[in-house]
Amino acid sequence: MVELLVILISAVFVNNFVLARFLGICPFLGVSKKVETAIGMGMAVIFVLTVASVVTWFIQYLVLIPFGIEYLQTIAFILVIASLVQLVEMVIQKTSPVLYQSLGIFLPLITTNCAVLGVAVLNIQKSYSFIESVVFSLGAGLGFTLAMVLFAGLRERLELCPVPQSFRGTAIALVTAGLLSLAFMGFAGLVKG
Amino acid sequence: MLAAVLSIGGIGLVAAAALGLAAKKFAVEVDPRELAILEALPGANCGACGYPGCAGYAKAVAEGTISPNLCTPGGADTVEAIAKIMGIEAITAEPQVAVVLCQGDNRKATQKYRYLGLTDCNAAQKIADGPKTCPGGCLGMGSCQRACPFGAIEMTPEGLAVISREKCTGCTKCVAVCPRQVIKMTPLEAVTHVLCNSHDKGAAVRKYCQVGCIACQICKKTAPEAYMIEDFLARVEYPQHAQAVAAVEKCPTKCIRDFSSGYPEGSSFAPPTVPVAKDNAA
Repeated sequence: MVELLVILISAVFVNNFVLARFLGICPFLGVSKKVETAIGMGMAVIFVLTVASVVTWFIQYLVLIPFGIEYLQTIAFILVIASLVQLVEMVIQKTSPVLYQSLGIFLPLITTNCAVLGVAVLNIQKSYSFIESVVFSLGAGLGFTLAMVLFAGLRERLELCPVPQSFRGTAIALVTAGLLSLAFMGFAGLVKG
Repeated sequence: MLAAVLSIGGIGLVAAAALGLAAKKFAVEVDPRELAILEALPGANCGACGYPGCAGYAKAVAEGTISPNLCTPGGADTVEAIAKIMGIEAITAEPQVAVVLCQGDNRKATQKYRYLGLTDCNAAQKIADGPKTCPGGCLGMGSCQRACPFGAIEMTPEGLAVISREKCTGCTKCVAVCPRQVIKMTPLEAVTHVLCNSHDKGAAVRKYCQVGCIACQICKKTAPEAYMIEDFLARVEYPQHAQAVAAVEKCPTKCIRDFSSGYPEGSSFAPPTVPVAKDNAA
């Protein structure tokens, strides 16, 4: 139980996927202009991450290892993740057209998002059990959402600030992301590893 | 080897089946007419209709609430196509095209100061109302040319904007971007225009432009119903544009132009045929 909690805390704060591991920067910068879209995107990412890591865990231990084809890990994982994102896109289009309009082109971004593949591969690298990998990916998703929502809040406030002309837009966003990442370094050493 | 092929193939098949099922279960109703209308629209996303892009307009028309003739760039063909898809009557509004009401290029009009800055009319206008002495004349830096999504505007070598009446689709983007408001929308069939936008008295106009309107009233005396003089500037009354041609030779400053005999000096456009043949190469 304690180990699961440690994995969760580690994934959300200490080794935050966006701010410490620098994975998933694309949607992080692309969808974080408003807090509502950031939350929506975060929810989508949590869903994709969790389901993807469950399915890929099974693929690894029930198909790839028994048949000795571990070298196909990357391609098999990508196949699963791509199909999952398509599924998520269809569900969102049906259930929440407003969210679909605002996320629109960014849904495919989650497919080529290294964070999703990263979680799937890290689960295997760290030899997590099934429960551990579920908790890990949940934590990764939550950490990603946390980082995005925080960043969106910061960006919304930046819109109202007198930013120097040459820094407006992406420049100040990247500087802010760096500072946010620095802030999260405060969590380093909270848990071992 | 076989295991590899079968595994990846198997995963692919399962995924495809799952997606196929989901596609059925989560199908979203899209009005097929909306797609047909989107096909019929020019696809330039210029916003002249007032909706966000062609997709926005297609959606609004498919919902049946608005008129199909709001797409000016599409022209009569588009209105007809949309009307056919929706099964309603097509009423086309009279097509309008833009015209630059100025002939004062660098040889004919004076400048108040030498401008060394961004080659943009709006930027130049901010500095003491622009380098041209004439307060209403075309600044010739090409902001309208850059705003035109259809390539209908050209800048003459002497710094005057000229709009092709055949290529213009009436989207009004140039009208919005011009800081001097020297571009006006005119009916397509009207080929005679008073190419001046200055409301200064005749004596003042003569000092800064060789081809400006001095409001001498000769045009109005020649064709009374076709011209109106207001605030020291003549303009064509477009409903009676057919009678306006008579005053073209009589104008002492030659500021009235009959476009069917040619565009302003320096323009590379061929004179439009009358009635004007539309060339919507959107």
